[in-house]
Amino acid sequence: MAIALQLLCIPLTGLGALTVLKRMLPILVFAPIAGVSMLLYAEPGGTVYWSFWYATISDDSIALAVAVCVRVLALALPTILLFGRTDPTELADALAQVAKLPSRFVLGVLAGTRTLGLFLDDWRSMGLARRARGVGDSGAIRRFFSMAFVLLVFAVRRGTKLAMAMEARGFGSGIPRTWSRPSRLHPRDLVALLGAAAIMALAIAAAVAAGTFRFVWS
Amino acid sequence: MPATGPARITATGWGWRYAGRRAPAIRDVSFTIEPGERVLLLGASGAGKSTLLAGMAGLLGGADEGDETGSLLVDGARAEAQRGRVGLVLQDPDSGVVLSKVGDDVAFGCENLGVPAAEIPARVAEALEAVGLAVPLARPTKALSGGQKQRLALAGVLAMRPGVLLLDEPTANLDPDGVREVRASIEHAVAETGATLVVIEHRTAVWADLMDRVLVVGSDGGLLADGPPTEVFARHGAALAAAGVWVPGRAVELPALPAAPADAVPALAASNLSISRDGRTVVRAGLDLTVPRGAATAITGPNGAGKSTLALTLAGLLPEAVGEVVAAVELAGRAGRRPSRWTSRELLTRIGTVFQEPEHQFLASTVRDELAIGPRSRGVDAAAIDAIVGELLERLHLAPLAGANPFTLSGGQKRRLSVATVLADAPPIIVLDEPTFGQDRRGWIELVQLLQSEIAAGTTVVAVTHDEDVLHHLGGHRIDLGAGPSLPATPLDAPGRVRPRPVRPVGARSCRPSARGPALRTSRPRGRRGWTASTPSPRSCSHCCCRCRCSRRSTSRAPWWPSHFSSCASR
Repeated sequence: MAIALQLLCIPLTGLGALTVLKRMLPILVFAPIAGVSMLLYAEPGGTVYWSFWYATISDDSIALAVAVCVRVLALALPTILLFGRTDPTELADALAQVAKLPSRFVLGVLAGTRTLGLFLDDWRSMGLARRARGVGDSGAIRRFFSMAFVLLVFAVRRGTKLAMAMEARGFGSGIPRTWSRPSRLHPRDLVALLGAAAIMALAIAAAVAAGTFRFVWS
Repeated sequence: MPATGPARITATGWGWRYAGRRAPAIRDVSFTIEPGERVLLLGASGAGKSTLLAGMAGLLGGADEGDETGSLLVDGARAEAQRGRVGLVLQDPDSGVVLSKVGDDVAFGCENLGVPAAEIPARVAEALEAVGLAVPLARPTKALSGGQKQRLALAGVLAMRPGVLLLDEPTANLDPDGVREVRASIEHAVAETGATLVVIEHRTAVWADLMDRVLVVGSDGGLLADGPPTEVFARHGAALAAAGVWVPGRAVELPALPAAPADAVPALAASNLSISRDGRTVVRAGLDLTVPRGAATAITGPNGAGKSTLALTLAGLLPEAVGEVVAAVELAGRAGRRPSRWTSRELLTRIGTVFQEPEHQFLASTVRDELAIGPRSRGVDAAAIDAIVGELLERLHLAPLAGANPFTLSGGQKRRLSVATVLADAPPIIVLDEPTFGQDRRGWIELVQLLQSEIAAGTTVVAVTHDEDVLHHLGGHRIDLGAGPSLPATPLDAPGRVRPRPVRPVGARSCRPSARGPALRTSRPRGRRGWTASTPSPRSCSHCCCRCRCSRRSTSRAPWWPSHFSSCASR
């Protein structure tokens, strides 16, 4: 139910159906894996169809497996729809100004995420350098860890430099900060919030009506 | 609001010792920099110039970060107490940029200083104008070139309307165009604002005529010299040059190697070569080149022209997108003469590569182990390894550092070590990516000398460089990527670049046996898979032992990629 409603929301986010499908791909792959483990190892009940050592497929486990698959999708889809087109800078502005999170923290994280691209370049160069140094033929796992360690060193160093650059521009000076990009709540934020609540309410209502509603731990 | 207008800086017996260090980074300096003065700050590496600059900017932190002696004041007050009065631009273009959009980044400082939001857009526009950076405010900062990033950092500082501009080697990591851009921006900005200017820079020729005073910090405390540039350079030129400063008018006393003879035997050759960094986007196509044996070849060209990509392709580290790099016959490995096909270990004794960032190639925790890795990997016995390592430590002046961690070395030492790791395996070809980048005069001379002696010993050297002096001293043979046939491609990081779309497979996916003539190559940009169904002429498959006629061109994929064999199954 929730999934169906969420799918109807896709046009509202401005994302193409194909983009959503592409981003859903890993989840579409992983949801059945979660389902299969439920299918085999959930507490047996009802008719037992097949059993091997600890693995048992029964009525209950089938039901649970399907439920787990659907739940994974129902949780993942809204996440993707929500963050699909959210600009990190705008999100940070909103977190600091609307949600009143500490600006030091929010802006620090925001500035840090920008350096991720540099790490990708570092990683690539390090891989090539290991080939050049004659250690690129074998030991991929060891190589991975040695590269990861160097990346960590780079991260600390880059973080220090970035902190210095930010401080040099008055960051963390104690002066109350102003925001050149004001972030405010709009009526449509309320609409989105109500819409989300409505989807949840409808989904729960449908479950209760069908008599299949169970609380998280039951 | 802090006061505007140029500021005065006064140091009285100032010194700073970082917490955990025994010796002070800098001590006992006294001077007064008058408002609006333009000062060039010089000194040997390790003399504490950057510490002095950070002190002026008020960024050294409190008592838990180190001990301060004397006083260092900006307009009679500590710099910490007046943030925004002092603006600092650092050496590394990537570390100066904070946010992901140009406009946001320039506004960042103003926001921090509590400038009213309504006033900020005007300040941003004014600052960008002052540095001559005419790009849209929404332009992603990562799409800017190094020179543009430095100018952006400068704009971010100018938007705070500081009374002092501090620049810590602002052009050391830039190519000549970037250096010119940044210098022009700074000149314009200083003329406009009248701010006091303090610059640390080894390449004094770029700055000398802009400055009206030179301060030289001594390695063991105090000031070595203080005065107008011409006077200081005349009196202390020799000492400064020995300390690594490029003193104007003091040439390097190294011989220039003769040019390679035109009929030299090639060590590496390629025709109609296309290169790609990521296997998807072709940076350059249609390159025809030879690298003469036993001589130096410089790869030159503007930023983003694909110099590094070409060097890494020649070094066998990146697979060719189209065409082949072929090494001399006697270098052939088990899989043939193409370096990109050699195993990592085969590559070790054939082509050595020195990366632009030395730290990318460091693997061990001590300098000695670092040098031993190559020889050990090719199975040299322990005694011989000791001999090789010992000789290199001596030759490259690294012996006192044998037990140090490579990551803790200075820039010049790191560069020497990265070259030494390559020499340990005595490859007949050495490829270097920007070897003189960020080096001071001393490091530069050592490196060029080393390369000259390698060439004299018969080694083939390929160096990416935008340093005309390197080119001059190494014989002047160059592959210039600034001209010649190439893709209409703009550089990868150039603004507004449209990435060539990968050519998608349309036609048959299997090898088409064909009786048609010899190889026919095109220089179209090609996608991840090398299918070119639109081009009708198949050529002999160069990818595997099967000598099939294959519609598939040289791909960016390595030959061991399984899809290749599946596609070549029908022969």
